[in-house]
Amino acid sequence: MIPAAFDYVEAESIQHALALLGQHDDSKLIAGGHSLVPMMKLRLATPSVLIDIGRLDELSRIEDRGDHVAVGALARHRSVERSALLAQHVGLLAHIAAQIGDPQVRNRGTMGGSMVHCDPAADLPAAALALRSTMVIAGANGERREVPASDFFLGFMETAVAHGEMLIEVRYPKQTPPQQTAAKQTVGWNYQKFCRRAMDYAIVGVAVQLGSDPGIALVNMGSVPHFAAAASSALAAGESAARVAELVVEGTEPLADANATADYRRHLARTLTARALAAAGYA
Amino acid sequence: MSKIEITLTVNGEQHTDEVEPRLLLVQYLRDVRRLTGSHIGCDTSNCGACTVILDGDAVKSCTVLAVQARGGEVTTVEGLIGPGEPFTPVQQGFHQEHGLQCGYCTPGMIMASTALLTENADPTDSEIRHALEGNLCRCTGYQTIVNSVRWAAEHPDGVVPDRAATNGAHQ
Repeated sequence: MIPAAFDYVEAESIQHALALLGQHDDSKLIAGGHSLVPMMKLRLATPSVLIDIGRLDELSRIEDRGDHVAVGALARHRSVERSALLAQHVGLLAHIAAQIGDPQVRNRGTMGGSMVHCDPAADLPAAALALRSTMVIAGANGERREVPASDFFLGFMETAVAHGEMLIEVRYPKQTPPQQTAAKQTVGWNYQKFCRRAMDYAIVGVAVQLGSDPGIALVNMGSVPHFAAAASSALAAGESAARVAELVVEGTEPLADANATADYRRHLARTLTARALAAAGYA
Repeated sequence: MSKIEITLTVNGEQHTDEVEPRLLLVQYLRDVRRLTGSHIGCDTSNCGACTVILDGDAVKSCTVLAVQARGGEVTTVEGLIGPGEPFTPVQQGFHQEHGLQCGYCTPGMIMASTALLTENADPTDSEIRHALEGNLCRCTGYQTIVNSVRWAAEHPDGVVPDRAATNGAHQ
């Protein structure tokens, strides 16, 4: 499969990329290209100009910023998976990054690409939601605005990033590790991904983060990455794991496809939530 | 749509070519460079038959534009050894442990395994299986492939032990 013809420009800085976006209406940014190139090969996307931001090293950093860890839009899944900083402070994110696709895909795919692609079956948006992250978006004149993850994913493959803007980083609040006792070791987070082959997209996925501001987010339980608001509130209120698992499907509108019916997806979401809570150490 | 000049190093040799931006890296390697060892299997980044090493990382060359690789270093299965040179440990492992039947997935398997052993010289079977998640084989059932990679890890010089010497007189 061969993409439709397009012109290609390389951006030399964030500002240059924004200027190029302003010049070309029918343009798309490309970083790792592991969501965009497959769409272009299927001619589901036919941009007339591709603006390559793949060499903007300033966007690939993973930085300690005191109360949060900032992950640059260009950080590869492989770097997120292997980051000692994230493993220490945002373990759920590093773990979820390691569950994406396969090693080759993780070598190319990027944090920002996965967010702006906004595929409800993708893993990372669930991490962004469960961890209550903040998206930093740069506008045409270089101004920055911050959007909470809960307001970022708007519809099927549609986010708060408007044309002419670009996502530049995602800020993940540092998580406090749960208290360990000799009798019980708990991790405080878990991700359950149900798929047929190791490299597949999740049929359903459930990300759980415990702690002072707990969150549960679901993969592939509708047309948009989904924050399980009722279940997250129940977690914060200390309700039973069974009750939280029951509430997790509230507000979801799962689709039926070749892999699963909508009912089966709801069943999976409840079961995987119960498993995730148990594995995270929620009693 | 204008062509772009790209310079990249393929198997140690630098090349400059004018390419359409939509040319995929695997097409560049096969059609422009005439290196047909990297196979197009699924063309959807599932099967891994097109795996090459780009700037040290195993990547699926059907999902990378050639222009994205500009300035980079690519190693394909053809670049692992020169003419007349002995097999690398991974190649010898696939030979010794029958890590292939039809051979279609083999170049991708060998490149993904080579990348694994560069990062982790002594992987467990589980680590080998996870490292090859992105490579599909329809013939072997994977066990002989895992054995092949383990053979390579256990024989980092790639030299096949002399059976008469190691197994004693009954051979």
